[in-house]
Amino acid sequence: MGYMLEIKDLHKTFNIGTINEKVALDGVNLNLNPGDFVTIIGGNGAGKSTTLNAIAGVWPIDQGKIIVDGVDITRLSEHKRAVYLGRVFQDPMTGTASTMSIEENMAIAARRGERRGFRWSISRKEREFYKEQLRELDLGLEERLTTKVGLLSGGQRQAITLLMASLKKPKLLLLDEHTAALDPKTAAKVLEISDKIIQEHSLTAMMVTHNMKDAIAHGNRLIMMHEGKVIYDVAGEEKKKLHVSDLLAKFEEVSGGEFANDRMMLA
Amino acid sequence: MTMTMLMALDPMALVRSLPGNAAQGLIWGIMALGVYITFRILDFADLTVDGSLATGGAVAVMLIQGGMHPALSLIFAFLAGMAAGFVTGFLHTALGIPGILASILTQISLYSVNLGIMGKANQSMGIGQKGLVASARYVTSDNSYLFFIGLIVGCLVLVAIVYWLFGTELGASIRATGCNPQMASAQGINTNFCKVIALMISNGLVGLCGGVYAQYQGAADVNAGRGAIVIGLAAVIISEVIFGKLCAGKKIAFAYTLASVFVGAILYYIAYALVMWLGIDSDYMKLFSAVVVTCFLAAPYLKGKYLVRRRMAK
Repeated sequence: MGYMLEIKDLHKTFNIGTINEKVALDGVNLNLNPGDFVTIIGGNGAGKSTTLNAIAGVWPIDQGKIIVDGVDITRLSEHKRAVYLGRVFQDPMTGTASTMSIEENMAIAARRGERRGFRWSISRKEREFYKEQLRELDLGLEERLTTKVGLLSGGQRQAITLLMASLKKPKLLLLDEHTAALDPKTAAKVLEISDKIIQEHSLTAMMVTHNMKDAIAHGNRLIMMHEGKVIYDVAGEEKKKLHVSDLLAKFEEVSGGEFANDRMMLA
Repeated sequence: MTMTMLMALDPMALVRSLPGNAAQGLIWGIMALGVYITFRILDFADLTVDGSLATGGAVAVMLIQGGMHPALSLIFAFLAGMAAGFVTGFLHTALGIPGILASILTQISLYSVNLGIMGKANQSMGIGQKGLVASARYVTSDNSYLFFIGLIVGCLVLVAIVYWLFGTELGASIRATGCNPQMASAQGINTNFCKVIALMISNGLVGLCGGVYAQYQGAADVNAGRGAIVIGLAAVIISEVIFGKLCAGKKIAFAYTLASVFVGAILYYIAYALVMWLGIDSDYMKLFSAVVVTCFLAAPYLKGKYLVRRRMAK
């Protein structure tokens, strides 16, 4: 069986030739098996979100290859590769259109990758389906289909964005610190929904997080990034046994200047 | 002295001018509908309209002079407007020029294009031209009510078409593009394509308005569109301030919102008539338009600031 995602030697430098030049990705290599749920941790500027944005095609990369389920998407524009990707962002405002209703947002997501023509944007049958889906979120949104999304709380918007990402099953789900802007209780609820959706649809997913506990508790695999590289990759039983203290120790190691040797050891 | 001035005003003159102003309001409402699409739905300040309005008028009048039926000429006025919108969209999306600047470039080049179409700055139709869709003559004719019914029905048909269009999948993706381009891209929507389509529809309506207005006036003028964007904005904003709350929450709220743009345009023209009636020099009317738009744009902002300050004081 082939990989669901292959990233080969990914490079990206921002603001080349200016005083703000920054190497964001410095040769990222990563392969994901179908059904992998990877959590990504690392310090500020480690390249976690940049990796996700590179996969999503927010800007062109400098060098490397991105292959999703055997299809090379490296040169596809952002809206073309959206066919393969479900995305949830850090800012709850980003994932939905605030002036449009819940059902309109969902109808747009349900047509991801399809031609959008002169058919009516939402059918009665769909509406019933969305209602059922919203009921499963258990946030009381099933009676508010025509409510403008802008009137909802951040947690509700993230839950809807998650639902939208799964309406058309993506090859890969990208969660970019999607609970960072929420209060702890709401964040837990949104994480619970994330787990449920990933399991139900057996999705391959990547989740960037700042919370090491969450990174250990969720998913079947964990990677740590530092200065634009993957420096630690652990899966299965070994990952389950991890403690926050282990990860902290790792962080100290890499920022303590023994990076080169450690990489050899970890490989 | 003020008294004698007020005494000299003839209320009947104002009343007599109202039907003509209502007709003009309805016609300019077509343009305002186009402005609504770019300004509110697409969130794009499109100044192309100052040029595409005159283009629509020039195309219609030249075709009518050439023997085409006035109603048919409007289709070409619409298409000419769409072409103008396409140019702005192309400059913005394919060449990466900021939206407002792209529209100014199109607008300024249209001035030459319009002169090219007409051959000179002003072209009129024969006084006895038959079959006009709209004409100032109709307003004062015996069965002017037929003209008004026809005009209102025509405007309502446009509202229905725009309502339908923005209810389709394509329309929904245009709305998403205007509201949140990042979300639209993530959902596989080609935002550049949507912007170009919306600009074309919008300027098509503006061109159509130009064609109808030229027939109403009996002539097309290269300066017909000067300041048109301000009138369009005035109509949109007046309608929002007055009808915004009334439209919200209704079943087909969006259709009401679109129709209220026409009412906004009529109200603008009535205010215009009132100011003219008061004896203000017509040279100052552009200033008047700008002041109206400024007031209606500033009002929500200042109100918000005032409310915040009052809440803080409590």
